[in-house]
Amino acid sequence: MATVFDRVRNTTKQDSSCEVPIRMEANKGILVVQNLSAWYGKTLAVKDISLSIQSRAITAIIGPSGCGKSTFIRCLNRMHEVSHGGRVSGSVLLDGKDIYARDVDPVIIRQRIGMVFQKPTPFPTMSIFDNVAAGLRLTRLWTRRSDLEEVVERSLCQAALWDEVKDKLNLSGASLSGGQQQRLCIARALAVAPEIILLDEPCSALDPAATLKIEDLMRSLAQAYTIVIVTHNMQQAARVSDMAAFLLMDQDRAGMLVEYGKTSQIFANPRDKRTEDYITGRFG
Amino acid sequence: MSGTSHLRRKWFNRLMLVLSGCGAGLAIMILGVILGYILVHGISYINLDFLTHAAKPVGEAGGGMRNEIIGSLILIGLASVLAIPVGLMAGIFLSDFASPKIAATVRFAADILAGVPSIVVGIFAYAILVRPMHSYSAVSAGIALGIIMVPIIARTAEESLRLVPNSMREAALALGITRWRAVLGVIVPGAITGIVTGVMLSVARIAGETAPLLFTALGSNFGFQGLTKPIGALPLQIYHYALSPYADWQHQAWAAAFLLLLLVLGISIVVRWVSGRRHA
Repeated sequence: MATVFDRVRNTTKQDSSCEVPIRMEANKGILVVQNLSAWYGKTLAVKDISLSIQSRAITAIIGPSGCGKSTFIRCLNRMHEVSHGGRVSGSVLLDGKDIYARDVDPVIIRQRIGMVFQKPTPFPTMSIFDNVAAGLRLTRLWTRRSDLEEVVERSLCQAALWDEVKDKLNLSGASLSGGQQQRLCIARALAVAPEIILLDEPCSALDPAATLKIEDLMRSLAQAYTIVIVTHNMQQAARVSDMAAFLLMDQDRAGMLVEYGKTSQIFANPRDKRTEDYITGRFG
Repeated sequence: MSGTSHLRRKWFNRLMLVLSGCGAGLAIMILGVILGYILVHGISYINLDFLTHAAKPVGEAGGGMRNEIIGSLILIGLASVLAIPVGLMAGIFLSDFASPKIAATVRFAADILAGVPSIVVGIFAYAILVRPMHSYSAVSAGIALGIIMVPIIARTAEESLRLVPNSMREAALALGITRWRAVLGVIVPGAITGIVTGVMLSVARIAGETAPLLFTALGSNFGFQGLTKPIGALPLQIYHYALSPYADWQHQAWAAAFLLLLLVLGISIVVRWVSGRRHA
Protein backbone atom coordinates (compact mmCIF):
# COMPACT_ATOMS: atom_id res chain seq x y z
CA MET A 1 0.00 0.00 0.00
CA ALA A 2 1.32 3.43 -0.87
CA THR A 3 2.11 5.54 2.16
CA VAL A 4 1.42 9.24 2.44
CA PHE A 5 5.05 9.91 1.65
CA ASP A 6 5.07 7.81 -1.49
CA ARG A 7 1.93 9.57 -2.54
CA VAL A 8 3.24 13.09 -1.99
CA ARG A 9 6.72 12.30 -3.33
CA ASN A 10 5.15 11.06 -6.51
CA THR A 11 4.78 14.59 -7.73
CA THR A 12 5.95 17.05 -10.32
CA LYS A 13 7.28 20.40 -9.28
CA GLN A 14 5.34 23.51 -10.01
CA ASP A 15 7.06 26.74 -11.03
CA SER A 16 6.71 28.89 -7.90
CA SER A 17 8.74 30.80 -5.33
CA CYS A 18 8.76 27.93 -2.84
CA GLU A 19 8.58 25.17 -5.43
CA VAL A 20 5.19 23.84 -4.51
CA PRO A 21 5.03 20.28 -5.71
CA ILE A 22 1.53 19.16 -6.54
CA ARG A 23 0.37 15.61 -6.74
CA MET A 24 -0.44 14.41 -10.22
CA GLU A 25 -1.03 10.72 -9.66
CA ALA A 26 -4.19 8.90 -10.43
CA ASN A 27 -6.32 9.71 -7.38
CA LYS A 28 -9.71 10.21 -8.83
CA GLY A 29 -11.44 11.69 -5.82
CA ILE A 30 -14.90 11.28 -7.27
CA LEU A 31 -17.84 11.49 -4.90
CA VAL A 32 -21.25 10.21 -5.90
CA VAL A 33 -24.04 11.14 -3.47
CA GLN A 34 -27.13 8.93 -3.66
CA ASN A 35 -30.43 9.70 -1.90
CA LEU A 36 -28.65 11.29 1.06
CA SER A 37 -30.84 12.34 4.00
CA ALA A 38 -29.57 13.59 7.34
CA TRP A 39 -31.24 14.06 10.72
CA TYR A 40 -30.53 15.74 14.03
CA GLY A 41 -32.43 13.50 16.40
CA LYS A 42 -35.92 13.41 14.88
CA THR A 43 -35.48 16.58 12.81
CA LEU A 44 -34.84 16.05 9.13
CA ALA A 45 -32.16 18.54 8.03
CA VAL A 46 -31.22 17.30 4.55
CA LYS A 47 -33.72 15.48 2.35
CA ASP A 48 -32.92 13.01 -0.40
CA ILE A 49 -30.03 14.68 -2.22
CA SER A 50 -28.34 12.96 -5.15
CA LEU A 51 -25.49 14.45 -7.15
CA SER A 52 -22.03 13.55 -8.55
CA ILE A 53 -19.07 15.67 -7.58
CA GLN A 54 -16.42 16.03 -10.26
CA SER A 55 -12.81 15.14 -9.73
CA ARG A 56 -10.25 18.00 -9.58
CA ALA A 57 -12.87 20.68 -9.79
CA ILE A 58 -14.44 23.08 -7.33
CA THR A 59 -18.05 22.40 -6.47
CA ALA A 60 -19.89 25.15 -4.61
CA ILE A 61 -22.88 24.42 -2.38
CA ILE A 62 -25.01 27.58 -2.24
CA GLY A 63 -28.30 28.52 -0.66
CA PRO A 64 -29.86 30.66 2.06
CA SER A 65 -29.07 30.28 5.78
CA GLY A 66 -30.48 27.15 7.39
CA CYS A 67 -30.96 25.26 4.13
CA GLY A 68 -28.69 22.41 5.24
CA LYS A 69 -25.52 23.32 3.31
CA SER A 70 -23.23 22.68 6.27
CA THR A 71 -25.07 19.54 7.31
CA PHE A 72 -24.82 18.23 3.75
CA ILE A 73 -21.06 18.82 3.47
CA ARG A 74 -20.50 17.26 6.90
CA CYS A 75 -22.16 14.10 5.60
CA LEU A 76 -19.48 13.81 2.91
CA ASN A 77 -16.70 12.84 5.34
CA ARG A 78 -18.85 11.34 8.09
CA MET A 79 -18.51 14.34 10.39
CA HIS A 80 -22.29 14.67 10.72
CA GLU A 81 -22.48 11.62 12.97
CA VAL A 82 -20.11 13.38 15.42
CA SER A 83 -22.85 15.92 16.17
CA HIS A 84 -25.27 15.02 18.94
CA GLY A 85 -28.08 12.95 17.44
CA GLY A 86 -26.57 13.07 13.95
CA ARG A 87 -27.90 10.32 11.66
CA VAL A 88 -27.64 9.69 7.92
CA SER A 89 -29.36 7.53 5.33
CA GLY A 90 -28.50 6.98 1.68
CA SER A 91 -24.98 6.51 0.39
CA VAL A 92 -21.88 8.46 -0.60
CA LEU A 93 -19.58 6.61 -3.00
CA LEU A 94 -15.91 7.55 -2.86
CA ASP A 95 -14.27 6.15 -6.00
CA GLY A 96 -17.11 3.64 -6.16
CA LYS A 97 -17.14 2.48 -2.54
CA ASP A 98 -19.83 3.58 -0.07
CA ILE A 99 -18.25 5.48 2.81
CA TYR A 100 -21.27 4.53 4.94
CA ALA A 101 -20.78 0.80 4.34
CA ARG A 102 -20.67 -1.28 7.53
CA ASP A 103 -17.00 -2.25 7.20
CA VAL A 104 -15.70 1.29 6.58
CA ASP A 105 -13.85 3.10 9.37
CA PRO A 106 -14.92 6.77 9.51
CA VAL A 107 -11.42 7.67 10.72
CA ILE A 108 -9.92 6.47 7.43
CA ILE A 109 -12.59 8.31 5.46
CA ARG A 110 -11.69 11.56 7.23
CA GLN A 111 -8.04 11.04 6.36
CA ARG A 112 -9.00 10.74 2.69
CA ILE A 113 -11.57 13.57 2.79
CA GLY A 114 -10.25 16.55 4.74
CA MET A 115 -12.30 19.40 6.13
CA VAL A 116 -11.76 23.07 6.95
CA PHE A 117 -14.29 24.88 9.12
CA GLN A 118 -15.95 28.28 9.15
CA LYS A 119 -13.96 29.60 12.09
CA PRO A 120 -10.18 29.02 11.92
CA THR A 121 -9.35 26.25 14.41
CA PRO A 122 -5.59 26.14 14.96
CA PHE A 123 -4.75 24.01 18.02
CA PRO A 124 -3.85 26.78 20.49
CA THR A 125 -1.34 24.75 22.50
CA MET A 126 0.68 23.89 19.41
CA SER A 127 3.24 25.79 17.36
CA ILE A 128 2.71 26.46 13.67
CA PHE A 129 4.93 23.48 12.86
CA ASP A 130 3.12 21.18 15.31
CA ASN A 131 -0.27 22.26 13.99
CA VAL A 132 0.62 21.14 10.48
CA ALA A 133 2.33 18.00 11.79
CA ALA A 134 -0.59 17.14 14.12
CA GLY A 135 -2.46 15.04 11.58
CA LEU A 136 0.55 12.84 10.89
CA ARG A 137 1.74 12.65 14.49
CA LEU A 138 -1.67 11.68 15.84
CA THR A 139 -2.67 9.23 13.12
CA ARG A 140 0.42 7.05 13.18
CA LEU A 141 2.65 5.65 15.87
CA TRP A 142 5.84 7.43 14.91
CA THR A 143 7.07 9.61 12.06
CA ARG A 144 10.68 10.49 11.29
CA ARG A 145 11.49 14.13 12.03
CA SER A 146 12.90 14.65 8.52
CA ASP A 147 9.70 13.29 6.99
CA LEU A 148 7.66 15.59 9.20
CA GLU A 149 9.74 18.61 8.19
CA GLU A 150 9.30 17.71 4.53
CA VAL A 151 5.54 17.35 4.83
CA VAL A 152 5.16 20.53 6.91
CA GLU A 153 7.13 22.63 4.41
CA ARG A 154 5.29 21.17 1.45
CA SER A 155 1.86 21.63 3.04
CA LEU A 156 2.59 25.23 4.04
CA CYS A 157 3.82 25.93 0.50
CA GLN A 158 0.68 24.41 -0.96
CA ALA A 159 -1.40 26.56 1.36
CA ALA A 160 0.57 29.68 0.25
CA LEU A 161 1.66 30.34 3.80
CA TRP A 162 5.28 29.19 3.80
CA ASP A 163 6.87 32.55 2.98
CA GLU A 164 4.96 34.27 5.79
CA VAL A 165 5.75 31.74 8.53
CA LYS A 166 9.01 30.01 7.57
CA ASP A 167 10.99 32.07 10.11
CA LYS A 168 8.54 31.56 12.99
CA LEU A 169 7.47 27.92 12.81
CA ASN A 170 7.86 27.66 16.59
CA LEU A 171 5.40 30.43 17.37
CA SER A 172 1.89 29.52 18.47
CA GLY A 173 -0.60 28.96 15.68
CA ALA A 174 -2.93 31.34 17.50
CA SER A 175 -0.46 34.21 16.98
CA LEU A 176 -1.31 34.42 13.26
CA SER A 177 -3.95 36.66 11.71
CA GLY A 178 -7.38 35.21 10.91
CA GLY A 179 -6.60 34.70 7.23
CA GLN A 180 -3.24 33.12 8.04
CA GLN A 181 -4.90 30.86 10.61
CA GLN A 182 -7.36 29.66 8.00
CA ARG A 183 -4.53 28.91 5.55
CA LEU A 184 -2.75 27.12 8.42
CA CYS A 185 -5.85 24.95 8.83
CA ILE A 186 -5.81 24.25 5.09
CA ALA A 187 -2.12 23.28 5.34
CA ARG A 188 -2.94 21.05 8.30
CA ALA A 189 -5.66 19.32 6.27
CA LEU A 190 -3.30 18.92 3.28
CA ALA A 191 -0.57 17.36 5.43
CA VAL A 192 -2.46 14.09 5.84
CA ALA A 193 -2.63 13.85 2.01
CA PRO A 194 -6.37 13.78 1.43
CA GLU A 195 -7.91 13.29 -2.00
CA ILE A 196 -10.83 15.60 -1.38
CA ILE A 197 -11.03 18.81 0.62
CA LEU A 198 -14.29 20.09 2.07
CA LEU A 199 -14.47 23.77 3.01
CA ASP A 200 -17.39 24.91 5.16
CA GLU A 201 -17.73 28.69 4.61
CA PRO A 202 -13.96 29.11 4.97
CA CYS A 203 -14.00 32.86 4.31
CA SER A 204 -17.01 34.02 6.30
CA ALA A 205 -14.81 35.17 9.21
CA LEU A 206 -12.21 36.84 6.95
CA ASP A 207 -11.73 40.27 5.40
CA PRO A 208 -11.82 40.72 1.59
CA ALA A 209 -8.02 40.60 1.14
CA ALA A 210 -7.70 37.36 3.10
CA THR A 211 -10.73 35.99 1.24
CA LEU A 212 -9.07 36.68 -2.10
CA LYS A 213 -5.96 34.79 -0.99
CA ILE A 214 -8.01 31.75 0.02
CA GLU A 215 -9.85 31.85 -3.31
CA ASP A 216 -6.57 31.96 -5.27
CA LEU A 217 -5.37 29.09 -3.13
CA MET A 218 -8.49 27.04 -3.90
CA ARG A 219 -7.98 27.53 -7.64
CA SER A 220 -4.38 26.29 -7.46
CA LEU A 221 -5.34 23.35 -5.23
CA ALA A 222 -8.09 22.32 -7.64
CA GLN A 223 -5.37 21.19 -10.05
CA ALA A 224 -4.63 18.29 -7.74
CA TYR A 225 -7.60 17.96 -5.40
CA THR A 226 -11.35 17.66 -5.57
CA ILE A 227 -12.78 20.59 -3.63
CA VAL A 228 -16.26 21.14 -2.25
CA ILE A 229 -17.01 24.53 -0.73
CA VAL A 230 -20.06 25.73 1.14
CA THR A 231 -20.63 29.44 0.76
CA HIS A 232 -23.42 31.92 1.28
CA ASN A 233 -21.54 34.39 -0.88
CA MET A 234 -22.92 34.29 -4.44
CA GLN A 235 -20.01 36.26 -5.90
CA GLN A 236 -17.55 33.85 -4.34
CA ALA A 237 -19.35 30.85 -5.79
CA ALA A 238 -19.41 32.52 -9.21
CA ARG A 239 -15.71 33.46 -9.00
CA VAL A 240 -14.18 30.17 -7.87
CA SER A 241 -16.42 27.24 -8.62
CA ASP A 242 -16.75 25.02 -11.69
CA MET A 243 -19.95 23.39 -10.55
CA ALA A 244 -22.67 24.71 -8.28
CA ALA A 245 -25.49 23.07 -6.32
CA PHE A 246 -28.37 25.22 -5.09
CA LEU A 247 -30.09 24.04 -1.90
CA LEU A 248 -33.33 25.35 -0.45
CA MET A 249 -35.55 24.51 2.51
CA ASP A 250 -38.76 22.73 1.60
CA GLN A 251 -42.02 23.25 3.50
CA ASP A 252 -40.80 20.89 6.28
CA ARG A 253 -37.69 23.07 6.73
CA ALA A 254 -35.44 20.28 5.41
CA GLY A 255 -32.73 21.09 2.85
CA MET A 256 -33.32 19.80 -0.67
CA LEU A 257 -31.44 20.11 -3.92
CA VAL A 258 -33.11 22.52 -6.33
CA GLU A 259 -30.60 22.67 -9.12
CA TYR A 260 -27.12 21.33 -9.86
CA GLY A 261 -24.99 22.14 -12.88
CA LYS A 262 -22.05 24.07 -14.31
CA THR A 263 -21.56 27.33 -12.39
CA SER A 264 -21.72 29.32 -15.63
CA GLN A 265 -25.06 27.77 -16.46
CA ILE A 266 -26.51 28.14 -12.93
CA PHE A 267 -25.64 31.83 -12.80
CA ALA A 268 -26.32 32.82 -16.42
CA ASN A 269 -29.19 30.59 -17.28
CA PRO A 270 -30.83 28.91 -14.26
CA ARG A 271 -33.41 26.30 -15.14
CA ASP A 272 -35.39 26.66 -11.95
CA LYS A 273 -37.35 29.80 -11.11
CA ARG A 274 -36.31 29.58 -7.42
CA THR A 275 -32.61 29.49 -8.36
CA GLU A 276 -33.09 32.55 -10.51
CA ASP A 277 -34.92 34.39 -7.72
CA TYR A 278 -32.16 33.60 -5.25
CA ILE A 279 -29.28 34.47 -7.54
CA THR A 280 -30.80 37.73 -8.61
CA GLY A 281 -31.22 38.63 -4.95
CA ARG A 282 -34.98 38.45 -4.67
CA PHE A 283 -34.66 36.54 -1.36
CA GLY A 284 -32.08 34.94 0.92
CA MET B 1 -42.69 60.39 47.04
CA SER B 2 -39.94 59.55 44.60
CA GLY B 3 -37.54 61.53 46.76
CA THR B 4 -38.08 59.39 49.85
CA SER B 5 -37.90 56.08 47.97
CA HIS B 6 -34.68 57.29 46.36
CA LEU B 7 -33.30 58.06 49.83
CA ARG B 8 -34.39 54.67 51.14
CA ARG B 9 -32.66 52.91 48.24
CA LYS B 10 -29.52 54.86 48.91
CA TRP B 11 -29.47 53.90 52.58
CA PHE B 12 -30.27 50.29 51.81
CA ASN B 13 -27.37 50.26 49.34
CA ARG B 14 -25.04 51.66 51.97
CA LEU B 15 -26.22 49.19 54.62
CA MET B 16 -25.67 46.21 52.31
CA LEU B 17 -22.26 47.51 51.31
CA VAL B 18 -21.22 47.81 54.96
CA LEU B 19 -22.58 44.32 55.79
CA SER B 20 -20.85 42.60 52.88
CA GLY B 21 -17.67 44.52 53.65
CA CYS B 22 -17.80 43.30 57.26
CA GLY B 23 -18.28 39.72 56.05
CA ALA B 24 -15.25 39.96 53.79
CA GLY B 25 -13.21 41.61 56.52
CA LEU B 26 -14.11 38.91 59.03
CA ALA B 27 -13.13 36.13 56.61
CA ILE B 28 -9.75 37.73 55.99
CA MET B 29 -9.27 38.45 59.69
CA ILE B 30 -9.88 34.81 60.66
CA LEU B 31 -7.28 33.67 58.15
CA GLY B 32 -4.88 36.33 59.44
CA VAL B 33 -5.37 35.31 63.07
CA ILE B 34 -4.85 31.60 62.33
CA LEU B 35 -1.76 32.28 60.24
CA GLY B 36 -0.37 34.75 62.78
CA TYR B 37 -1.06 32.54 65.80
CA ILE B 38 0.57 29.49 64.25
CA LEU B 39 3.44 31.57 62.90
CA VAL B 40 4.17 33.12 66.31
CA HIS B 41 3.93 29.81 68.16
CA GLY B 42 5.51 27.59 65.58
CA ILE B 43 8.33 29.45 63.89
CA SER B 44 10.61 29.67 66.92
CA TYR B 45 10.71 25.87 67.28
CA ILE B 46 11.55 25.20 63.67
CA ASN B 47 15.23 24.48 63.31
CA LEU B 48 17.52 22.05 61.59
CA ASP B 49 17.09 19.45 64.34
CA PHE B 50 13.32 19.58 63.95
CA LEU B 51 13.62 18.88 60.23
CA THR B 52 16.42 16.30 60.29
CA HIS B 53 16.08 14.34 63.54
CA ALA B 54 13.72 11.60 64.57
CA ALA B 55 11.49 11.93 67.62
CA LYS B 56 13.08 11.38 71.03
CA PRO B 57 11.43 9.48 73.92
CA VAL B 58 9.53 11.40 76.57
CA GLY B 59 11.81 13.31 78.90
CA GLU B 60 14.68 13.62 76.47
CA ALA B 61 15.09 17.10 75.08
CA GLY B 62 15.31 17.81 71.34
CA GLY B 63 14.32 15.48 68.58
CA GLY B 64 12.41 16.35 65.49
CA MET B 65 9.91 15.18 62.97
CA ARG B 66 12.07 13.87 60.14
CA ASN B 67 10.20 10.56 60.07
CA GLU B 68 6.80 12.23 60.01
CA ILE B 69 7.82 14.68 57.27
CA ILE B 70 9.06 11.79 55.13
CA GLY B 71 5.97 9.77 56.08
CA SER B 72 3.65 12.55 54.96
CA LEU B 73 5.50 12.89 51.65
CA ILE B 74 5.29 9.11 51.09
CA LEU B 75 1.54 9.08 51.83
CA ILE B 76 0.90 12.08 49.55
CA GLY B 77 2.97 10.44 46.80
CA LEU B 78 1.22 7.11 47.23
CA ALA B 79 -2.24 8.71 47.15
CA SER B 80 -1.29 10.78 44.06
CA VAL B 81 0.05 7.79 42.15
CA LEU B 82 -3.21 5.95 42.81
CA ALA B 83 -5.66 8.84 42.41
CA ILE B 84 -4.29 10.93 39.51
CA PRO B 85 -4.72 8.27 36.79
CA VAL B 86 -8.15 7.24 38.07
CA GLY B 87 -9.37 10.82 38.54
CA LEU B 88 -8.03 12.01 35.18
CA MET B 89 -9.53 9.06 33.31
CA ALA B 90 -12.87 9.64 35.06
CA GLY B 91 -12.72 13.33 34.11
CA ILE B 92 -12.00 12.47 30.47
CA PHE B 93 -14.84 9.95 30.49
CA LEU B 94 -17.24 12.54 31.87
CA SER B 95 -16.32 15.30 29.44
CA ASP B 96 -15.73 13.38 26.22
CA PHE B 97 -17.17 9.88 26.23
CA ALA B 98 -20.15 9.45 28.54
CA SER B 99 -23.69 9.91 27.24
CA PRO B 100 -25.46 12.79 29.02
CA LYS B 101 -27.47 10.37 31.18
CA ILE B 102 -24.49 8.32 32.32
CA ALA B 103 -22.42 11.48 32.80
CA ALA B 104 -25.07 12.94 35.10
CA THR B 105 -25.09 9.75 37.18
CA VAL B 106 -21.30 9.53 37.45
CA ARG B 107 -21.05 13.26 38.22
CA PHE B 108 -23.63 12.89 40.98
CA ALA B 109 -21.73 9.93 42.42
CA ALA B 110 -18.46 11.86 42.31
CA ASP B 111 -20.03 14.82 44.09
CA ILE B 112 -21.42 12.52 46.80
CA LEU B 113 -18.01 10.89 47.19
CA ALA B 114 -16.41 14.33 47.51
CA GLY B 115 -18.85 15.09 50.31
CA VAL B 116 -18.23 11.89 52.32
CA PRO B 117 -16.60 12.88 55.64
CA SER B 118 -12.95 11.86 55.67
CA ILE B 119 -13.38 9.89 58.88
CA VAL B 120 -15.89 7.66 57.10
CA VAL B 121 -13.36 7.04 54.34
CA GLY B 122 -10.90 6.12 57.10
CA ILE B 123 -13.28 3.61 58.66
CA PHE B 124 -13.98 2.15 55.22
CA ALA B 125 -10.24 1.65 54.56
CA TYR B 126 -9.90 0.14 58.03
CA ALA B 127 -12.68 -2.35 57.37
CA ILE B 128 -11.60 -3.49 53.90
CA LEU B 129 -7.80 -3.18 54.17
CA VAL B 130 -6.46 -2.92 57.71
CA ARG B 131 -8.53 -5.74 59.21
CA PRO B 132 -7.96 -8.31 56.45
CA MET B 133 -4.24 -7.45 56.43
CA HIS B 134 -4.10 -7.61 60.25
CA SER B 135 -1.94 -4.48 60.31
CA TYR B 136 -2.13 -0.74 60.07
CA SER B 137 -0.20 0.22 56.96
CA ALA B 138 1.07 3.00 54.73
CA VAL B 139 -0.69 1.49 51.75
CA SER B 140 -4.12 1.55 53.41
CA ALA B 141 -3.56 5.21 54.35
CA GLY B 142 -2.47 6.01 50.78
CA ILE B 143 -5.61 4.39 49.43
CA ALA B 144 -7.84 6.23 51.92
CA LEU B 145 -6.28 9.58 50.95
CA GLY B 146 -6.48 8.59 47.25
CA ILE B 147 -10.23 7.98 47.61
CA ILE B 148 -10.58 11.54 48.90
CA MET B 149 -8.53 12.89 45.95
CA VAL B 150 -10.30 11.06 43.11
CA PRO B 151 -13.58 13.04 42.96
CA ILE B 152 -11.76 16.39 43.27
CA ILE B 153 -9.43 15.54 40.39
CA ALA B 154 -12.21 14.03 38.28
CA ARG B 155 -14.51 17.05 38.60
CA THR B 156 -11.85 19.72 38.04
CA ALA B 157 -10.44 17.76 35.10
CA GLU B 158 -13.92 17.46 33.61
CA GLU B 159 -14.59 21.19 34.03
CA SER B 160 -11.28 22.15 32.38
CA LEU B 161 -11.75 19.66 29.53
CA ARG B 162 -15.21 21.09 28.87
CA LEU B 163 -13.69 24.56 28.53
CA VAL B 164 -11.78 23.39 25.44
CA PRO B 165 -14.08 24.44 22.56
CA ASN B 166 -15.90 21.69 20.67
CA SER B 167 -14.49 23.11 17.43
CA MET B 168 -11.08 21.75 18.54
CA ARG B 169 -12.53 18.26 18.90
CA GLU B 170 -14.16 18.50 15.47
CA ALA B 171 -10.97 19.87 13.90
CA ALA B 172 -9.00 16.95 15.28
CA LEU B 173 -11.57 14.35 14.21
CA ALA B 174 -11.74 15.91 10.73
CA LEU B 175 -8.01 15.17 10.32
CA GLY B 176 -8.78 11.48 10.65
CA ILE B 177 -7.56 11.28 14.25
CA THR B 178 -9.30 8.75 16.51
CA ARG B 179 -11.24 10.09 19.48
CA TRP B 180 -8.78 8.82 22.06
CA ARG B 181 -5.76 10.30 20.33
CA ALA B 182 -7.64 13.56 19.77
CA VAL B 183 -8.38 13.71 23.49
CA LEU B 184 -4.85 12.85 24.58
CA GLY B 185 -3.05 14.84 21.88
CA VAL B 186 -5.20 17.95 21.53
CA ILE B 187 -7.88 18.28 24.23
CA VAL B 188 -5.90 17.33 27.36
CA PRO B 189 -2.96 19.63 26.44
CA GLY B 190 -5.50 22.41 25.97
CA ALA B 191 -6.83 21.83 29.47
CA ILE B 192 -3.56 20.98 31.21
CA THR B 193 -3.33 24.08 33.42
CA GLY B 194 -6.79 23.42 34.83
CA ILE B 195 -6.00 19.74 35.35
CA VAL B 196 -2.74 20.54 37.17
CA THR B 197 -4.60 23.05 39.32
CA GLY B 198 -7.15 20.39 40.30
CA VAL B 199 -4.42 17.90 41.20
CA MET B 200 -2.61 20.47 43.36
CA LEU B 201 -5.83 21.43 45.12
CA SER B 202 -6.55 17.79 45.90
CA VAL B 203 -3.02 17.38 47.29
CA ALA B 204 -3.52 20.46 49.47
CA ARG B 205 -6.79 18.95 50.66
CA ILE B 206 -5.29 15.62 51.77
CA ALA B 207 -2.00 16.96 53.14
CA GLY B 208 -3.69 17.96 56.39
CA GLU B 209 -6.18 15.10 56.67
CA THR B 210 -5.91 13.44 60.07
CA ALA B 211 -9.05 11.42 60.66
CA PRO B 212 -8.51 8.76 57.94
CA LEU B 213 -4.90 8.30 59.08
CA LEU B 214 -6.00 7.39 62.61
CA PHE B 215 -7.56 4.20 61.26
CA THR B 216 -4.94 3.37 58.65
CA ALA B 217 -1.44 4.80 59.09
CA LEU B 218 -1.73 4.76 62.89
CA GLY B 219 1.62 6.51 63.35
CA SER B 220 5.00 5.06 64.11
CA ASN B 221 7.98 5.81 66.29
CA PHE B 222 10.30 4.54 63.59
CA GLY B 223 11.13 5.67 60.10
CA PHE B 224 9.66 4.18 56.94
CA GLN B 225 9.55 0.41 57.33
CA GLY B 226 7.67 -0.65 54.25
CA LEU B 227 4.27 -0.02 52.70
CA THR B 228 2.56 -2.72 54.76
CA LYS B 229 3.76 -1.32 58.10
CA PRO B 230 2.37 1.60 60.12
CA ILE B 231 3.80 4.97 59.21
CA GLY B 232 4.01 8.40 60.87
CA ALA B 233 2.62 11.57 59.32
CA LEU B 234 2.65 15.26 60.25
CA PRO B 235 -1.07 15.64 61.03
CA LEU B 236 -1.01 12.50 63.22
CA GLN B 237 2.00 13.73 65.14
CA ILE B 238 0.38 17.14 65.65
CA TYR B 239 -2.66 15.33 67.06
CA HIS B 240 -0.57 13.20 69.44
CA TYR B 241 1.86 15.91 70.53
CA ALA B 242 -0.72 18.66 70.97
CA LEU B 243 -2.71 16.44 73.37
CA SER B 244 0.39 15.42 75.32
CA PRO B 245 1.16 17.00 78.74
CA TYR B 246 4.79 17.79 77.79
CA ALA B 247 5.69 21.39 76.87
CA ASP B 248 8.45 20.20 74.53
CA TRP B 249 6.03 18.07 72.51
CA GLN B 250 3.45 20.84 72.44
CA HIS B 251 6.07 23.19 70.99
CA GLN B 252 6.90 20.63 68.34
CA ALA B 253 3.21 20.29 67.51
CA TRP B 254 3.10 24.05 66.87
CA ALA B 255 6.18 23.80 64.67
CA ALA B 256 4.65 20.89 62.74
CA ALA B 257 1.40 22.82 62.30
CA PHE B 258 3.40 25.71 60.92
CA LEU B 259 5.23 23.40 58.52
CA LEU B 260 1.97 21.85 57.33
CA LEU B 261 0.47 25.28 56.81
CA LEU B 262 3.55 26.30 54.84
CA LEU B 263 3.13 23.24 52.62
CA VAL B 264 -0.54 23.95 51.87
CA LEU B 265 0.16 27.67 51.38
CA GLY B 266 3.02 26.81 49.02
CA ILE B 267 0.73 24.56 47.00
CA SER B 268 -1.92 27.31 46.81
CA ILE B 269 0.68 29.79 45.53
CA VAL B 270 1.89 27.31 42.90
CA VAL B 271 -1.75 26.73 41.87
CA ARG B 272 -2.29 30.47 41.45
CA TRP B 273 0.88 30.74 39.42
CA VAL B 274 -0.04 27.79 37.19
CA SER B 275 -3.63 28.90 36.61
CA GLY B 276 -2.51 32.50 36.10
CA ARG B 277 -0.34 31.43 33.18
CA ARG B 278 -3.44 30.31 31.33
CA HIS B 279 -4.43 33.92 30.79
CA ALA B 280 -0.90 35.16 30.07
